[in-house]
Amino acid sequence: MLTCKDASVLLSQAQDRPLGLRLRLFLQLHLLICRGCSNFNRQLALIRAAVRRVRDDV
Amino acid sequence: MSQPGTEELEQLRPYLLRYALLQLRDRDSAEDVVQETMLAALEGRARFAGKSSAKTWLTGILKHKIIDLIRRRAREQPLASDDESEADAVDAIFQRDGHWQQPPSDWGSPSRALEDKRFREAFELCARIMPQRNARVFMMREVLEMSTEEICKELDITPTNLWVILHRARLALRECIEIKWGAATA
Repeated sequence: MLTCKDASVLLSQAQDRPLGLRLRLFLQLHLLICRGCSNFNRQLALIRAAVRRVRDDV
Repeated sequence: MSQPGTEELEQLRPYLLRYALLQLRDRDSAEDVVQETMLAALEGRARFAGKSSAKTWLTGILKHKIIDLIRRRAREQPLASDDESEADAVDAIFQRDGHWQQPPSDWGSPSRALEDKRFREAFELCARIMPQRNARVFMMREVLEMSTEEICKELDITPTNLWVILHRARLALRECIEIKWGAATA
């Protein structure tokens, strides 16, 4: 089982590289049962979008 | 499309400054690279093929100037890694068994957050106070949109190193935003 700390490491890496099938599976299982990490994952996407907005000033 | 005029280039200056400032976080350096970009653009105007917009073209020049500066800085003053205190900072975010101390909350609809001025202010503030090393790497990834391979090559670090830095940077940034934005909306 992944801990939240492990999951946060992988979710961050998923922003930078494609994860293998096994890791994706572990992650999905963790996200199913963990609201904190699901929120973290959505926050990462939002932060990425926010950087681009501020940069491009839209 | 013909060569972009001086006026057209000047109109893009605020955009370029914003872009540079987000990456460099230092107004003087940002103004310098934008000035160099403008000059290079004026000198190279004849080579502008008009295949892309003037904005894309200028952004490309700016990006090169910024990377040159980062490369120079990295050589002149390698950033202290301060690995221990940073590892402690990550440890403080999680319990001993790997659970979140304070689980991230639901930020609601992304589009609504992005439209919220207070969210944007929280984000900009938190980006400004990031430790320099984290900020440099994080912004290379997110502002310059460099690949992990490119960043590793420029900064002479390993991918593992890079992922550790990005993970820390993101954890710290999201925590800061949650606190500042939460305080602003409370």
